[in-house]
Amino acid sequence: MPETPMIAPMIAIDRVNKFYGIYKALSDVSLDIVAGEFFSLLGPSGCGKTTLLRSIAGFDSPSSGDIRIDGQSAIGVPPNLRPTNMVFQSYAIFPHLNVEENVAYGLKRLKLGADEERRRVGAALDQVRLGHLGKRRGHELSGGQRQRVALARALVLRPKVLLLDEPLSALDKKLREEMQVELRSLQKAVGITFVLVTHDQYEALALSDRIAVMFGGRIAQVATPKEIYQRPRTKLVADFLGGMNFLSGRTIGQTGAGLTVETEKFGTLTLAMPEERIEVGARATLGIRPERLRLLWDDERAPHELTGKVVDRAYFGETTHLSVGVEGLEKPLSMIETNTYGADDLPVGADIRLAYDPDAFVLLADDPPVERVQ
Amino acid sequence: MTSGNLRKSRLLPGYVGLYFLFLYLPILLLPVFSFNNAATTTFPLAGFTTRWYVSLWANREMLTAAVNSLVVGLCVSVLSTLLGICAARAITRYRFRGRRAANGLIMAPLFLPEIIVAVSLLMVVLAAGMELSLATVILGQTVFCLPYCMSVLTAGFEGFDRSLEEASLDLGETAFGTFRRVTLPVVAPAILSSLLVAFTISLDEFILAFFLSGTEPTLPVYIWGQLRFAAKLPGVLALGTIMLVLSILLLTIAETVRRRAERRYATRGHAHA
Repeated sequence: MPETPMIAPMIAIDRVNKFYGIYKALSDVSLDIVAGEFFSLLGPSGCGKTTLLRSIAGFDSPSSGDIRIDGQSAIGVPPNLRPTNMVFQSYAIFPHLNVEENVAYGLKRLKLGADEERRRVGAALDQVRLGHLGKRRGHELSGGQRQRVALARALVLRPKVLLLDEPLSALDKKLREEMQVELRSLQKAVGITFVLVTHDQYEALALSDRIAVMFGGRIAQVATPKEIYQRPRTKLVADFLGGMNFLSGRTIGQTGAGLTVETEKFGTLTLAMPEERIEVGARATLGIRPERLRLLWDDERAPHELTGKVVDRAYFGETTHLSVGVEGLEKPLSMIETNTYGADDLPVGADIRLAYDPDAFVLLADDPPVERVQ
Repeated sequence: MTSGNLRKSRLLPGYVGLYFLFLYLPILLLPVFSFNNAATTTFPLAGFTTRWYVSLWANREMLTAAVNSLVVGLCVSVLSTLLGICAARAITRYRFRGRRAANGLIMAPLFLPEIIVAVSLLMVVLAAGMELSLATVILGQTVFCLPYCMSVLTAGFEGFDRSLEEASLDLGETAFGTFRRVTLPVVAPAILSSLLVAFTISLDEFILAFFLSGTEPTLPVYIWGQLRFAAKLPGVLALGTIMLVLSILLLTIAETVRRRAERRYATRGHAHA
């Protein structure tokens, strides 16, 4: 997926700011979302992702900047005139209407005629596998069914963009995972641009074509799930998406597109130059994912090794999370080991050896401080 | 400990029985004597008759008072519900300075001695140079009914999920269409319930009506006036019975409507949990 799409974007967010009193909810946000893309806005609560989604829907208006949907500026356009539809966090199923009437709600205004309307409602309900529950009322449905009604109600209008505000957060874990699969295949089937807001990093990784990670009203990184996970740009992004061991080092030289960094225990590493240039001689933060550290058993050897001592462990069924203290490092390293070889039997205090791959390190930029407007 | 509980549990049903007897026996006597073929309210009963009910129809004064009560009741229920809708929506929807104070002041007449409210209203009305009429009764009772309407309406509006209105807008409906197709139907049970509660309270409200009604009595004021004449007592009993039945009927409808609406909302809490 290219960083800047060549085709005209479905949604173009152009230097959008949003202030709530002294609080800056969105800070100079620019973003392009391609037609047909499954795009996620990911971040902790209060990071501005919902404000951004509601600005696309028309429920919030930016203090400055422009939002274009399919080439047309949406500033000043009320929600009912935008080619977007939304699935609300609470689903917002109309309690006085049954499932069919809920789905037909938006169609009523289009005056399609009874037959065409019934056909489209039926098709939309079949699409979310609710064809048999058309006469039920909202309070007679389970959480998953309510969510499907909300999906059908929005999709039946064939919007250019479907906006989803934490649609899975109210469901329990098992149902949530089922719905993730369904949401993904539904999006592929209808081909509509989906914009999902979530604070669940695994949900974003599993569903999205691309993800924008947000902190403090700013976009920290926009990339594919794999890139976000493997090449996080900043410390916060790295920390928010799974575990990360942070190390400090000092840049000592530059070779072509690479940067040589001297570290405490991991020797001298040559890393790809990040987007923001780092001066030679500056302090640098590096990260390595816990699963990229590997336990060495018995007399197994690796080109890059460290020795340490298990200081803590937690059993997770298929894996064990280990904290390994290494002499000369400030903080213990976290590791994730599959339990195939018996990592779950390692006692606290055991001496171990671990292997690392020098290519698995990433250079991380500092995050800007959260801004407050006076 | 155990024996104490046992004794308590044996005494409790008896106590509850006595309690209800004390509370409802006098009220039950009302319909009983209203069908009694005698002008005095003494046992033994003299036989069954409906003549007191029939005589009500011929009683022009009573019918005028009944029409007055109906007019006042309708006006009060509509007025206090309208005011209640505005206030309840503001209080449940928006956060503003003085929100709690406003709510407290609206609810205060519920706890103020009614006679004090009546006397002060009378003073204001007279000082303003207004004639005592049904209009003054309507204004006084509206103040008095508003807290009841508010408590019914705020309960109804608090269950109203704002995203329902947003969803309607999002699905292409206009602001007015949203009000007509979503807001109104969803809060309709609370509004209906509020109308019925206000009407019922107005129907048997005496003190304010007595102070503010001038020469146009409402039913309770008319009844009070008739009690001076022993011969009129059976007619009053018949009238009282009709009002009793009407009040119970209206309050039952109001409560049923309110509960049905509440059940509809009960599941939304689940989705959030």
